Amino acid sequence: MTGVNLDPYGDRYAARTRGMTASEIRALFAVASRPEVVSLAGGMPYTAALPLDAVAAAVADLVATRGPVALQYGSGQGDPELRELICTVMALEGIVASPDDVVVTVGSQQGLDLVTRIFVDPGDVVVAEAPSYVGALGTFAAYEAEVVHVTMDDAGLVPEALEETLARVGARAKFLYTVPNFHNPAGVSLSRERRDVVLEIAARHNILVLEDNPYGLLGFDGEPEPALRARTADGVIYLGSFSKTFAPGLRVGWVLAPHAVREKLVLASEASLLCPPNFTQFVVADYLRTQPWQDQVKVFRELYRERRDAMLDALSDLFPSDASWTTPHGGFYTWVTLPEGLDAKEMLPLAVTARVAYVPGTAFYADTQGASNLRLSYCYPEPERIREGVRRLAGVIEAEQELRETFGPGARTSPRSAADGPAPDMA
Amino acid sequence: MSGVRRAVVLAGGLSFEREVSLRSGRRVCDALRSAGVEASVHDADASLLTTLDEVGPDAAFIALHGGPGEDGAIRGVLDLAGVPYAGSTPHACRMAFDKPTAKGLLRAAGVATPEAVTLPHGTFRELGAHAVLDRLLTRLALPLLVKPSSGGSSLGATVVHDEAALPSAMVHCFSYGDTALVERFVEGTELAVSVLDVDGTPTVLPAVEIVPKSGVFDYAARYTAGQTDYYTPARLPERSVNAAAAVALAAHRVLGLRDLSRTDLIVDADGTPWFLEVNVAPGMTETSMLPMSVAAAGLDLGVVCRDLLAAAAAR
Repeated sequence: MTGVNLDPYGDRYAARTRGMTASEIRALFAVASRPEVVSLAGGMPYTAALPLDAVAAAVADLVATRGPVALQYGSGQGDPELRELICTVMALEGIVASPDDVVVTVGSQQGLDLVTRIFVDPGDVVVAEAPSYVGALGTFAAYEAEVVHVTMDDAGLVPEALEETLARVGARAKFLYTVPNFHNPAGVSLSRERRDVVLEIAARHNILVLEDNPYGLLGFDGEPEPALRARTADGVIYLGSFSKTFAPGLRVGWVLAPHAVREKLVLASEASLLCPPNFTQFVVADYLRTQPWQDQVKVFRELYRERRDAMLDALSDLFPSDASWTTPHGGFYTWVTLPEGLDAKEMLPLAVTARVAYVPGTAFYADTQGASNLRLSYCYPEPERIREGVRRLAGVIEAEQELRETFGPGARTSPRSAADGPAPDMA
Repeated sequence: MSGVRRAVVLAGGLSFEREVSLRSGRRVCDALRSAGVEASVHDADASLLTTLDEVGPDAAFIALHGGPGEDGAIRGVLDLAGVPYAGSTPHACRMAFDKPTAKGLLRAAGVATPEAVTLPHGTFRELGAHAVLDRLLTRLALPLLVKPSSGGSSLGATVVHDEAALPSAMVHCFSYGDTALVERFVEGTELAVSVLDVDGTPTVLPAVEIVPKSGVFDYAARYTAGQTDYYTPARLPERSVNAAAAVALAAHRVLGLRDLSRTDLIVDADGTPWFLEVNVAPGMTETSMLPMSVAAAGLDLGVVCRDLLAAAAAR
């Protein structure tokens, strides 16, 4: 007799679905969506700070004046006017580019997907920072890439470690994936001195650099650091996004790539979704053209700086002295290293019971690293909620330390699940 | 039976099983709608009482798993609000939700349940973990099942085959709850046996035999379709199936449960069914066992839920 298998398609799935299972961690995150819980877990920009009346008027005007075009199919490469405007945005970070080399994507996440699709065969290596953006790890896993992590420190990627890794991995490595500015989740930036060094190492090993820069304009101290792509157009593919400077709900991002690569990206994108939505592209273009959008970015910077300060103050006031964390100078996140012997994933249920949430460090590695780390985000909660969240978390760490003291050391390792990271709509 | 026109399904909550509960709630809501009931899902949050006043349901279906949904708290609130609900009384829930209490009552009624020790975290801290764990190993012997004394979905539960793994299993357990139930692990066939009150008479539905592909019925195996095979009816001798049914019925009766319950048990090599725990708000998701039993009995989930609500409204 055969039993009921609740998934009759089980033997037909592609190998890449391995790891797409229900996750206890994702279940715990479900609780974090309730208002009782201070969520320091998600990465949602604070869209309530946008000039919503102006956006509403612009959208109404768009439909009234250009409705039939805005609601029509568009170009696979993206709206030409928006691509021109994107070049002016990139110029703020020192990038000189032609609109012809820009491919508009549905969020930079789709850009990441397209780049991986056209370069990575199963078993190929992607070199990435340790830790790395969880959404990128998901994409790399979907294309069955092997991710090899390279150590970072407070100044970003460690060049010696990169050199060593590229020498070891050799031609199997397809590209280096890096978030040089206000790294998610590490909260650090690649120092000015190291930028040319990293590019030189990559060029010498003949490996592409995939520069992902969603947070570049959200620095708290002065002018943005020139992008890697600003230093060289050769061998760098650049991912940009309006999700943090404007609104993630519009899903508009882009890829800037050398022309040969760009051609393949356009064809790959057409094969995937025909074209990015005209409607949201026009909304972004109108916003950039008619609204003081750079002033709005300043508003965001000030808001996030205040929240960063609230988080760092709370951490130094309330966290145990044997915990450490990075000091972000922009972006959304700080990366915490717990006192020795603690495991952030194991501790999460205690945190949820105490009504605070974070993302365990293991979500940001393709291998088994990260057990003693966690990511805290300060982008969404108000400053006083951030302090309250850190206060609760400090209590959780104390309780976990007590548990570990009672039962002694003894690590528990559970395999990473594809769903260990937070869902995109998590606060 | 008097009809139920309008029902609320309570789902969500703040327990670890919030996500499971939301899936259960949506499924029950859909099923009720297909059975002609005007149903809607509501979270058990600060707006609940206002919502109940506004909606004015004939009855409520509780699809809240873990914590207040199963320990009687929400039912107590519904009693206060004068909203009839399908399911057990607060008092019965408290006894069923606390696994050691349920085991004790069942054992007193002559039902086999694995020998166990229940210990709060504080006891280990105060008396020294290693001394206590040593005694525990001597008394119960490996393999052991370590799990929180309340709560479901295998969260915080570990089967310990190796002495060295016991401390970390305890830490894992105490991450999910303050009190651990450590019981002798019984090897055998895992069964879920559901009981429905039909016209006031507890009726046992066909047992579901659970065969997780990984060998362990953990969270992923429970809620990832395809990771576990289910056999309904169970592939066991009739004698064992009947004995398991008797245990589920005993749990329902001894604890004074009402309307619906699901008993989880293990049938060992000798055919003896061992009571593990009983659920007063059993899972109703696509991968949950009570709905499988309902289907195996040739019943419609929507009609079953509607009839339970009608019975509640008529009480």
